[in-house]
Amino acid sequence: MKLNLTPELKPVIDGLAETFGDQLVDIWQSTGHTFVRIVPDSITSVCRYLHDEHRFIYLSDLFGADRFTTEERFEVIYNLLSLRDRHRLFIKTWLEEENPVVDSVVEVWPAANWFEREVFDMFGVRFNNHPDLRRIYMPEDYEYYPLRKEFPLLGVPGSIDLPGTTPDME
Amino acid sequence: MKVTDINSKSHPTFFKEHQQKLYQSLEDKHTTIETIDDSDPLTARMILNMGPQHPATHGVLRLVLQLRGESIEKAKIDVGYLHRGVEKIAENKTYQEFMPYTDRMDYLSPYSNNVALCTAVEKIANVEVPERAHYIRMIGCELARISSHLLWLGTMVMDAGAVSFFIWTFREREKIYDIMDQLAGHRFTVSHSRIGGVHNDITPAAMGLIREFIETFPDELNDYHKLLDRNRIFFERNENVGVLSPENALRYGATGPMLRASGYALDFRKLEPYARYDDVEFEVPTRIEGDNLARYFVRMEEMHESIRILEQCLEKLPKGPVRTDNAKQAYPSKDEVYYSMEGMIHDFMMTDTGICPPEGAESYHAVEGPKGELGYYIQSDGTGHPWRLKINSPSFTNLQLLEIILDGEMVADTVVIIGGVDPVMGEADK
Amino acid sequence: MGIESALGEGYLTTRIDTLVNWARSNAAWPMPMGLACCAIEMMAFAGPKYDVSRFGSEVFRFSPRQSDVMIVAGWCSYKMSHAIRRIWDQMPDPKWCIAMGACASTGGMHRCYGVVQGVDNFLPVDAYISGCPPRPDAVIHALMDIQEKIRNDHSVMLDT
Repeated sequence: MKLNLTPELKPVIDGLAETFGDQLVDIWQSTGHTFVRIVPDSITSVCRYLHDEHRFIYLSDLFGADRFTTEERFEVIYNLLSLRDRHRLFIKTWLEEENPVVDSVVEVWPAANWFEREVFDMFGVRFNNHPDLRRIYMPEDYEYYPLRKEFPLLGVPGSIDLPGTTPDME
Repeated sequence: MKVTDINSKSHPTFFKEHQQKLYQSLEDKHTTIETIDDSDPLTARMILNMGPQHPATHGVLRLVLQLRGESIEKAKIDVGYLHRGVEKIAENKTYQEFMPYTDRMDYLSPYSNNVALCTAVEKIANVEVPERAHYIRMIGCELARISSHLLWLGTMVMDAGAVSFFIWTFREREKIYDIMDQLAGHRFTVSHSRIGGVHNDITPAAMGLIREFIETFPDELNDYHKLLDRNRIFFERNENVGVLSPENALRYGATGPMLRASGYALDFRKLEPYARYDDVEFEVPTRIEGDNLARYFVRMEEMHESIRILEQCLEKLPKGPVRTDNAKQAYPSKDEVYYSMEGMIHDFMMTDTGICPPEGAESYHAVEGPKGELGYYIQSDGTGHPWRLKINSPSFTNLQLLEIILDGEMVADTVVIIGGVDPVMGEADK
Repeated sequence: MGIESALGEGYLTTRIDTLVNWARSNAAWPMPMGLACCAIEMMAFAGPKYDVSRFGSEVFRFSPRQSDVMIVAGWCSYKMSHAIRRIWDQMPDPKWCIAMGACASTGGMHRCYGVVQGVDNFLPVDAYISGCPPRPDAVIHALMDIQEKIRNDHSVMLDT
């Protein structure tokens, strides 16, 4: 693939391709940013490699997206920033719809804690070894995952209750 | 008396499972405070709920604290009381229609949110923005930064006890509101910045108000310095309170003034410059202590730097159009719309379909908002609606830190620490 | 409530009514339920330029037990609605409610799963203010409308 890599980013991509050869599924660029797609099982090892070897010590963002395809529906995207070399890299994994599970990267970047909770809340993707996987925006009693494409914008009527119009009789 | 089963002692009346899981996670949270002998009743543990409605939490933030006497053993934060699902709304609106929603996210500095969305869309759709628009955006962003920091100052110092500061900073904010009124037509949730430029040019009246503000504001700022910089009470309330070490700041993803007060000079205006920030000179204030006082100094110095940037922008403001001419990318100006057929058709197409970035394109752009890195990640599917729009909000990232900072502090310092972290719940809860 | 039940209807009670209503309307202490951006306009409404304490709302009591008017400013999410209702129940009678802004009145621009489409789904609202966010002048107008409502209220002759 012809990539237009800056001299700082080239050793990172080469190092990744060398160390994780077959687990690196795809590399592409879009609007100047580089995206690397890897197999879900190797996410912690890739992240630890990037953290230790290439000093991607700052996790800017971690979020999910719904591709709405039959195969590999959900994706989890990691937005990494290397402060020493001042460049950004995106890591993606694609997960199945049936049981979307991936390892948590909380040991590598503790900042991932709340981000992964948000992905769980909005998409239903579970993270192994997460210290505290609870919903973050919707209450725990809620049964749906709002950012999935089939969830209607106005919500499901009756899925969450409102207080009554008379004072509580306690 | 050990709190063995916390859920048997709490009787929630609504969202029962939510309350139970929250208290259970507080119970399970690892803490490094040594256990003291439980036989003394004066060292009893208590669970304190600083609920969503509280005068001093900035917005609707809920804290559940486990206290040992006066000191906090562990703290858990519950956000989501202001969640709307803005990212889901974005999937159903065109990029320009989404602009007012960005205003209401960090509602203390709405201009920077607008600029963040505009630059992100301009990046993915490859839109050229004229020079004058860049400078007007910078002026708006810096005014928004000053406005946000003034509100932070007013509320943090009011929470620490000095109520009159609130009134003084609000008087200054009213001046900024007047400028925004003249410039954009609305006091604060302006949607002045548009994709492809800005909505309208700065009128001479607005220019006069901005110049007057730049001249009088540094004196006010000096007054605040005189009152707080050597104030013993302020120091004792803020020194060594809420300390965040530099390693923790980077590991937990702190951003904005929180990170700069802990020693790391990371500013996206310098790291990935946008809107001609590389043409103006300014410094990035940093401190190494990492306590609340350091955050205070960093933000005050940022206000000084903002005034400096504003002066330079007004000097360098070039002449020219304020929005790009390309009809597929930006709204035409109103006189074209009213007086020519193509203008009307373009306006209609922009409102109906909007700007269409290439299919499969994805991009990320971050600006330096007053709270930190405000970034927009857009995935486009070729239509005028984004497929996925993710907002990387700084307050959400900074609130995670609060769980780390609060462990070990005194409960009376909680309010000042929250003030120092300066979260905006509209942004944190999206 | 004692004075209302002890006296019946008549000239005396109407005069007492006017007196009581005059006192109540000119001391309507708000309980700000400042949730979102409208809260900032509410702070500006309490601030130096659009000073509301000259209308009698001298102190913004954050304690529900000590306030008369609840100003709901900002969109109300489903998660927050129970907390707001609880606080409303804790306010003693007589109490009034102002729904400030488009989001509190009808859900505003947020027509989605997380936002209650109007606070009047669970609160008895007395005055609605439109605007996003409304100028502080509009909030003062709503407060004056509430004062008008209080002045026309039957405080003493109310059969409680």
